[in-house]
Amino acid sequence: MKKYIAFFRLRFSMGLQYRTAAFAGIITQFAWGSMEILMFRAFYQTAPNSFPMTFQSTCAYVWMQQAFLALFMAWMMENEIFDTIVSGNIAYELCRPIHIYDMWFARSLATRGAKAVLRCFPILLVAAFLPAPYGLMPPADPIAFGLFLLTLVTGLGVTVAFCMLIYMASFFAISPSGIRIVATSIVEFLSGATIPLPFFPDRLREVLELLPFASMQNVPLRIYSGDLTGAPMQRAIMIQFFWLFALIAMGKLLDAAAMKKITVQGG
Amino acid sequence: MITLEHVCKTYQVSKRDAGFSSALKALFHREYEYIHALDDVSFTIQDGEMVGYIGPNGAGKSSTIKILSGILTPERGVCLINGLVPWKNRIEHVRNIGVVFGQRSQLWWDVPIADSFELLKEIYRIDDSLYRRNLEELCAMLQLSDLLKTPARQLSLGQRMRCEIAASLLHSPSLLFLDEPTIGLDAVSKLAVRDFILKLNQEKKTTVILTTHDMQDIEALTSRIILIGKGSILLDGNIEDIRQDYPSTEEALAAFYRSHDL
Repeated sequence: MKKYIAFFRLRFSMGLQYRTAAFAGIITQFAWGSMEILMFRAFYQTAPNSFPMTFQSTCAYVWMQQAFLALFMAWMMENEIFDTIVSGNIAYELCRPIHIYDMWFARSLATRGAKAVLRCFPILLVAAFLPAPYGLMPPADPIAFGLFLLTLVTGLGVTVAFCMLIYMASFFAISPSGIRIVATSIVEFLSGATIPLPFFPDRLREVLELLPFASMQNVPLRIYSGDLTGAPMQRAIMIQFFWLFALIAMGKLLDAAAMKKITVQGG
Repeated sequence: MITLEHVCKTYQVSKRDAGFSSALKALFHREYEYIHALDDVSFTIQDGEMVGYIGPNGAGKSSTIKILSGILTPERGVCLINGLVPWKNRIEHVRNIGVVFGQRSQLWWDVPIADSFELLKEIYRIDDSLYRRNLEELCAMLQLSDLLKTPARQLSLGQRMRCEIAASLLHSPSLLFLDEPTIGLDAVSKLAVRDFILKLNQEKKTTVILTTHDMQDIEALTSRIILIGKGSILLDGNIEDIRQDYPSTEEALAAFYRSHDL
């Protein structure tokens, strides 16, 4: 375990050195968040009662999403991992007394964590001072906030475990980009990154909520914005844990299969 | 001790003619060729030996090194290194080996060398005193002290290669694989690397297996060579066996390759 923590530490401290990238990211996320909120405002003004979430909840959802973007965006995958697979540098990683799956898992957690830590505070701070209903409202109560933090971490775990499936699948393909593009666009749409899941038609939403994609950002963001409470919330948390373990188990199986057939080509 | 008996490895290589129509055809029907990268390879290497493993490009050198380091699984054959089967007991096996692939890098690109080393310390669970001792020794022998604070991306190739070699030896492995360690190095760095390998083998009794195309490496370092061509061992013996009356080892080797139609 200690070596994976060391790995996490190095990767995390490495992530903290990219200041300009973080600054650019913050600006982008502000612009994106504002645009999204203005768009929703236009919709809400036409028919305020036909929406499943209040405008203020939607704003909180958007700001939290922008602040913690790095934790949940499936397209933010580690290019270095794909590079090591395609270029064969994986040879070195296989010469170490470590499990590839565990190491990459720690690495992805660290990269996403470092990115989020660098970016979240300015966004949260500014969003908190924006006038209601456009800003970020404080959490409903301490328990809701605690559950938000818990599901934030589980959601991050589910996201990383899902990305791990894609990394592992690239062992079986000549080029990983195809799998990657399909997978990330599916996740983007079905996880509530484009529009929150409550905005989907009811029948579709009921199915979507059972899928692993709904266990990523959907749960923590809706708990924070007060849209998910009581029994549905408990159910959502249980589904989240189920997918976390299921995806990790699937990833480990793929890992074992990949290690058996792996061929590093060229001298 | 390393024993390899009747090891075979075949690669499936996809083939098609150039051009658009063949590309279309390949959509429906793929043709493959089977290349015997290793064809019944056997040898034994004792502890503390230094062996040059040579052969033309594509002869199977790297495949052998990959099998020995647990990365590649052969179809047939037995391989035992200090009692372990590399590809079956990969994690246990790699604890005792160090590997340098001259064409690849194991250092983290964006962080100081010292950080990469610290990570290796954790990965191999090297205890503090051993780590400090090894690091000091390696720094002195490879002149690394000034490089430790520099990120890998800002080192010259020669400096980086010295760091790569040090990185492979931090956990005091009993067996070291060097896959073209002097490739692309200038004369000074080459000599420094050779000196170091020689010292390592003599003082620490580390078993060294070296692949290279540089005959001066072979002359300076190894007394025993194993020559592989088209997947089979053609010669296991002394460099003098092929040197004969040729003016240089380079020419002797070229003549040997030609006579075996490699």
